[in-house]
Amino acid sequence: MTINSSAVNELAKNNVREIDRSGDAPTHHQGVGRTTSAKNERGTTEKQAKIEVKDLNFYYGKFHALKNVNIKIPASEVTAFIGPSGCGKSTLLRTMNRIYELYPEQRSEGQILLDGDNILDRRQDLNLLRAKVGMVFQKPTPFPMSVYDNVAFGVKLYERLSRSEMDDRVEWSLRKAALWDEVKDKLHQGGTRLSGGQQQRLCIARGIAVKPEVLLLDEPASALDPISTLKIEELIHELKGDYTIVIVTHNMQQASRVSDYTAFMYLGELIEFDETTTIFTNPANKQTEDYITGRYG
Amino acid sequence: MEQSVTAGQNNVSAGKSQPGILGDRIFRGITQVSALFIVLVVFGIVGMLLYDAWPAIHKFGFGFLTSKEWNPVAEQFGAVSAIFGTLVTSAIAMVIGVPVSFGVALFITELAPAWLKRPIGTAIELLAAIPSIIYGLWGLFVFAPWFADNVEPWLTDNLGNWPIIGPLFNGPPMGIGILTAGIILSVMIIPFMAAVMRDVFDSVPAVLKESAHGLGSTTWEVVWKVVLPYTRVGVVGGVMLGLGRALGETMAVTFVIGNSHDISASLLMPGNTISSTLANEFTEATGQVYMSSLIYLGLVLFAITFVVLALAKLLLLKLNAKEGKKS
Repeated sequence: MTINSSAVNELAKNNVREIDRSGDAPTHHQGVGRTTSAKNERGTTEKQAKIEVKDLNFYYGKFHALKNVNIKIPASEVTAFIGPSGCGKSTLLRTMNRIYELYPEQRSEGQILLDGDNILDRRQDLNLLRAKVGMVFQKPTPFPMSVYDNVAFGVKLYERLSRSEMDDRVEWSLRKAALWDEVKDKLHQGGTRLSGGQQQRLCIARGIAVKPEVLLLDEPASALDPISTLKIEELIHELKGDYTIVIVTHNMQQASRVSDYTAFMYLGELIEFDETTTIFTNPANKQTEDYITGRYG
Repeated sequence: MEQSVTAGQNNVSAGKSQPGILGDRIFRGITQVSALFIVLVVFGIVGMLLYDAWPAIHKFGFGFLTSKEWNPVAEQFGAVSAIFGTLVTSAIAMVIGVPVSFGVALFITELAPAWLKRPIGTAIELLAAIPSIIYGLWGLFVFAPWFADNVEPWLTDNLGNWPIIGPLFNGPPMGIGILTAGIILSVMIIPFMAAVMRDVFDSVPAVLKESAHGLGSTTWEVVWKVVLPYTRVGVVGGVMLGLGRALGETMAVTFVIGNSHDISASLLMPGNTISSTLANEFTEATGQVYMSSLIYLGLVLFAITFVVLALAKLLLLKLNAKEGKKS
């Protein structure tokens, strides 16, 4: 099972190398210059980027929610977005699978390269994109169907599997999501009958069942109790070898616990992006320092 | 400071506790009486229907439900043609109305651009507000002649020779008849069903739809596999509301159905429904048996509606059991 994803990663690396060679176009925005130069000085950058956001602007109607955001999300690592409410971290996450397009008044400008492919391109097949970039939301959203069907839902959209292959896939996903032991005897009960924490892990299982390359987590644990939160965090650790994970969180301890890289955002701008340990111990920017030490937000 | 606040709270709660309890009691009493009143009304109606229909029930028994005879002169009455007409017109109305309402509701909630939602919603509500007599007049003077000239000949020519459904469309193009009544009915019930479906589709949490889209579903897949199962109870409720109205609708149907006590294989031929028979013949019903036969018809309509509702509930229970549904 894991052969598949490591092959994918291999592919990703190759693609990214290509971009890195050609992608040094000298577009200098204030925010960009600051972050990239800071990173280069520390020499931590050249990790293969899975997603590269270039000059991204985002609008809710007339409201300018993201301002010239540039960021490279490294492959097979966990990247956390932190920042006060309304800073645009969820918005940034929601551009990465273009889920915002369900709402006609929301639009984006700029580029987001997934393995070098601009996903904001009109011609991009949205459904294929979303099969590659899975998402889990703040509140658990089990579909009104059985546990089994919830997990099989996405798989059925793309793959024709035999009954036994599907059984295997469902079990694999539920095991990955650390839920199998709790639900193996009630696979055919309604997914909405599980507890909140189980529902959220069910949603993660549903997300990884389609074997995406990237997993976007939008405050996945904020509605959960500490034990469920711990399980989700362990799960993120477990998954990161196979997937590129991006997580939005309000909880800074959580960001420091689960992520390898952290991006701090404020008022629609990316203020600082670096390795998590650096951000939390020795941030380059005053605003970042103020935020993580609790002086505002 | 803190002390004074808590003291204040105590005062407030102490002052309020008495009328609060009294108000609660009164409120509970009123709601209880209202609820019981509904049950009382239902049983009252059934009782009155039974009482007034008794002479006919006594004379014809269950034979009333299987006899085609409708002869006021000989005082021989049977309900078959009326039951047939009621069920067939309603069925036609549902076959046309349910998919259209579904489409309308879906378009409004999922697909329409924001500026178009309100005008369409308002149009639907206006359609629901038109009195049924207007539909009847429009059906008789506008729709039926047009239908007779343009659609019915085409139906006969093109579908009349088909093996199984052919006989349904053979017949003189008169404009009035079972099919016309069914179509008018469908127009009448669409606004109700569409409005209910729109409201229940709107009740689906945005994140649920986002999750389904987030897995790469198309809008169609999201609607079919997530929105519809989630709103099943509401959708069935809306359909039942429409069906109930179609079964009982009187004026519009009376205008366009032709009012003949016949059963014909052809949908183009005139027929009657229970309610159209009641509307037409109450004033001329002379004699106890005639009158009570009409009331017996009313009782039958009541029973049909009840059975349909019960079947719908059963269907929902079965669906829920099958999916091991939520609490």
